[in-house]
Amino acid sequence: MKLPRRLRNPWGRPRFLVIVTWIYVAWALLPVVIAMLFSFNNGRSRSVWQGFSTRWWWGDPSLSIFHDPDYTHALVHSLQLAALDMLIATPLGVLLALGLARWRGRGSGVANSLMLLPLVTPEIVMAVSLLVVFTQLAIVPFTLVHLGTGAQVVGQVTFSLSYVVVIVRARLALIGPEYEEAARDLGATPTESLRLVLIPLLTPAILASMLIVFALSIDDFVVTQYMSSDASTTTIPMFLYANARGGTTTPALNALATVLVLTTLIGVGAAFAIYAALGRRTSTTKVSAFRELSGLEAA
Amino acid sequence: MTTRTSYWRTFALPGVGWLLLFVVVPAYAVIAMAMGRVNILLQPIPAWNPATWNPGYVWKAFSGALPGGEYWPAVRNTILYVGASLALCFAIGYPVAYYVARHAKKTKALLIVLLVIPFWVSYLLRMLAWIGLLSSDGYVNKLLMDLGITHPPDWLNGNPYSVIVALVYGYIPYFILPVFAGLDRIDASQIEAARDLGATPWQAFRRVTLPLSRPFILAGAALVVLPMFGDYYTNDLISASPRTNMLGNQINLFVQGGSEKNLGASLVLVLMAILAVGMAYYLYQTARDTRALRTA
Repeated sequence: MKLPRRLRNPWGRPRFLVIVTWIYVAWALLPVVIAMLFSFNNGRSRSVWQGFSTRWWWGDPSLSIFHDPDYTHALVHSLQLAALDMLIATPLGVLLALGLARWRGRGSGVANSLMLLPLVTPEIVMAVSLLVVFTQLAIVPFTLVHLGTGAQVVGQVTFSLSYVVVIVRARLALIGPEYEEAARDLGATPTESLRLVLIPLLTPAILASMLIVFALSIDDFVVTQYMSSDASTTTIPMFLYANARGGTTTPALNALATVLVLTTLIGVGAAFAIYAALGRRTSTTKVSAFRELSGLEAA
Repeated sequence: MTTRTSYWRTFALPGVGWLLLFVVVPAYAVIAMAMGRVNILLQPIPAWNPATWNPGYVWKAFSGALPGGEYWPAVRNTILYVGASLALCFAIGYPVAYYVARHAKKTKALLIVLLVIPFWVSYLLRMLAWIGLLSSDGYVNKLLMDLGITHPPDWLNGNPYSVIVALVYGYIPYFILPVFAGLDRIDASQIEAARDLGATPWQAFRRVTLPLSRPFILAGAALVVLPMFGDYYTNDLISASPRTNMLGNQINLFVQGGSEKNLGASLVLVLMAILAVGMAYYLYQTARDTRALRTA
């Protein structure tokens, strides 16, 4: 049905909105692009362009990111933490999501609010409280975890968990109970219907949450800093924080930040490709795949 | 049915156990630390047993947070900066979300990608980018000099405006995305109905679109306000001056800097108290919205 012209666009011509939107997009992205380009600066300045070079990437034999052990170490440690966080938080969160979505009765309401708590607590609160237990509480599970990699992983898993639960539960709600009930009607045990029906249907959401956990971990600063022990547990964000204002810091810092961002974006791109391919079977459009992947559906 | 529910409960147990150990116990530990003492060596000692609680530090923190108190400047800065940043997030973010959700046709997919990218770009890199641009020989001042301003301001040493802009820059994606998701879900026929009944475009927006997007504005506001209240690194990076200290900076100073951990923990309780007021307002409003939707 064709609407009369007056009604087809009931909001008037949005010229003003177009301008605002594109100015916003430029404002949001240009500074980042400029900062990344400065990693190719042929000078020590991170604010004045002095010509193109690759010295801060690999040219300089001692100060470039792939030659300076401080940089390479921060990079490796960040990736290690992200991998550990992903491997622990994803299965834990998927199980919790399944449990919370289906478990009715005493305790389930409390468990639900408990799961949401990390999402509404400022990170510094979580960081201070974890620091107190790991440095002051001399009883068993806490004495086993020491500041450094162990505490960093525990801290990161704690705040990543809720994101996994939210994403997986959103997907669970979308799937509905019908497929599982059909499987049960056909004689599958609860575990069989979970393994053969629900988990395959949840795969895109599990993949999306793994990716979000990876990005959360690699970008985290507050909890990771509070849980660190010494220079050996410095991550890229901690390194950026410590050196961003230093007058002697070279554009190698920008190169390090660029590596961080490219790692994340390549990860997102890869997961998006897989997700879109998986989604085609269940007739998901690219836009909705992208939105689900970026946690938009959960918001 | 009882066997089913206990079956599903076992799935939740490891996660719930994790949360009890690393969220609930630590939350109590902060209270114990705030209510604690220092020993002879001036090391902070938490008071685990409520019978031995010492309210001295908590009292000092809460009374210091009131106007005229020792921590009032930090509390005032926090409220001012977060308030200003939230207003800017709305002023910039709502039109952007609105345009992408309702008007962008061919460019919609591209714009969604562009709106999401900042999410995946490290917060610290985004601050680093502004440090480069705002430094005394950076592009911002160069532009101002080209425009004839011979003495451009010092952006990076205790300038509250830079801190506010940096906070907006850092957190606005978290405002835009839920608002976009909400606006995108509004059924266009509702707005067309309003127009059919004679509403002007502005009236239709004011009476239909805006009220329908209110829950999402509130959600976006909560998403940006909560982390901003605990933020200390934006300030450290962009200002690095005690003049613009926020509550987060004060907490960080006490907890990571010296042995004043009892006081730091007490200030965490102050922060949570301020947030509790905000959350109560948020829950009250969302409950009202839900009721309004049900009765409508």
